[in-house]
Amino acid sequence: MERPLTITEKIILNHTNQDDVSPGDIVNAKIDIALGNDITAPIAIKEFEAIGMKTVFDRQKIALVPDHFVPNKDILSAKQAKMLREFAKTHDIKYYFECGEAGVEHALLPEKGIVLPGDLVIGADSHTCTYGALGAFATGVGSTDLAYVFAFGELWLKIPKSIKVVFTGKPGKWVSGKDLVLYLIGQIGVEGANYMALEFSGDTFKYLGMADRFTIANMAIEAGAKSGIFEPDEITEDYVEKRAKRDYVFYRSDEGAKYAKVLNFNTETINPQVAFPHLPENSVDINEASAKDIKIDQSVIGSCTNGRIEDLRIAAQILKGKKIAKYTRLIVIPATNEVYKMAEKEGLIDIFMDAGGVVSTPTCGPCLGGYMGILADGERAISSTNRNFKGRMGDVTSEVYLANPAVCAASIILGKIASPEEVM
Amino acid sequence: MIFKGKVFKFGDNIDTDAIIPARYLNDSSDENLKKHCMEDADPKFSSNVSKGDFIVAGNNFGCGSSREHAPRAIKISGVPVVIAKSFARIFYRNSFNIGLFILEADTDGIDNGDTLEVNTENGTIKNLTKNTVINAKPIPEFMSELVSAGGLMEYAKKKVKEGGLG
Repeated sequence: MERPLTITEKIILNHTNQDDVSPGDIVNAKIDIALGNDITAPIAIKEFEAIGMKTVFDRQKIALVPDHFVPNKDILSAKQAKMLREFAKTHDIKYYFECGEAGVEHALLPEKGIVLPGDLVIGADSHTCTYGALGAFATGVGSTDLAYVFAFGELWLKIPKSIKVVFTGKPGKWVSGKDLVLYLIGQIGVEGANYMALEFSGDTFKYLGMADRFTIANMAIEAGAKSGIFEPDEITEDYVEKRAKRDYVFYRSDEGAKYAKVLNFNTETINPQVAFPHLPENSVDINEASAKDIKIDQSVIGSCTNGRIEDLRIAAQILKGKKIAKYTRLIVIPATNEVYKMAEKEGLIDIFMDAGGVVSTPTCGPCLGGYMGILADGERAISSTNRNFKGRMGDVTSEVYLANPAVCAASIILGKIASPEEVM
Repeated sequence: MIFKGKVFKFGDNIDTDAIIPARYLNDSSDENLKKHCMEDADPKFSSNVSKGDFIVAGNNFGCGSSREHAPRAIKISGVPVVIAKSFARIFYRNSFNIGLFILEADTDGIDNGDTLEVNTENGTIKNLTKNTVINAKPIPEFMSELVSAGGLMEYAKKKVKEGGLG
């Protein structure tokens, strides 16, 4: 009898020439999509050229997305973006996007149907794990890995053990994927899933949409995981069918597949979460956070974690007809141009601006302390992004609190960390 | 290989933003990476480190971003080996890919300023200041091959020459 496999083991196995794989094995896997951005691809391009390679393995399987520092923040970043452009031209890379057609890579690739269920995706960006939401195996690697894939179309991978995470029950009104993943990281810690795959399941996900799955898979890396993954279902199908331009495969874990651990959580007992500085594992219940009366200077709503239209809708629902607190800033960054256009059509941009916020073109910008909202010494931000490391958004003495878009919106209205209940 | 140098000791969860802050990622040149290496964890690191010194840390060293600039900055600074209780996955992978040695060991008994002699072949870490010896976890064979070849791209070049790939 064949050994029962997890969805992760199955996808990787089907991208090798082997008959079987077990956790711990190192295999050479064929890559469906390889991704690089304006920070990581320049090093990959140099490495690729340094070994004398003239052609890429497959121009249709490479995505280059300038998103971290574009529109170019300065001359040096303009040079990096230029390197991507020249490489894309030389090799006729199919998935290259100028800023007018792009957006934050991990929001963009699923939206355009470039990554699909069953794919094996590597990206020179740690949040590549986002695509696990679609039932793909996707993991972050370095620039040298990317260069190797540019050349050969395959890469060494260690088969990870899996942790099964089951969320049961209906989420509360303001509870989103962000809260579930912050709660999970709070429980297992920032290296609780190091080297492993997090497989998410449970009936909670019938109540939540694809956007929540993207957010959860996106932050798998914040628990140290190699990947995060959902078994595809009708919600996945509904998202993918109108976007896909090639075939895709729905994989499922076998009955009896082996897990390093199974964690069960009752979603009904989980409130919105706020992760305190300086680690994503410092998550506390919103009521506890609100009671601490923590003053906020800036709220950021955007990023590959929470910059989708669903996130903007929730924020707008809270900000509609209200003003942000005096001496504070609200920075809204739609993750892609498509999200931006939808937000405009739906009147969300007006709501943000009338509330006293600014709306930026799609970029990673302040999430990694690049530009478009850098913090001064001692300043505090509440942010729908993914990391609150020391100095992540600016000065090394500034602070970032991570939360869902509803909490980010409510907090900037009151100028302190606040629950949506306090303003609605 | 055997390396001898002094220790720069750090705590748990040293993230890649601390190793090389994103504000410097608009330039991947060696000079830029060297100048700002470890800046948000120890602003004086780049001026105090000498060739052959070690970075020693607690758990989850290199967590966060996939930026290869982080292990590159360390290697360019002259640090031949990083020793920590544990490493974040992408940092671990990147280090081997670029030819930086990584050893997992119990680092509690190593303090800032200690002098170590590290044998990367057998994972023996001699603390010459404290006169103690600790053993690192063995490096998987494939990883060891990678780093001995000088990293993934050198390994790739060899493969191309042998006609095994490309």
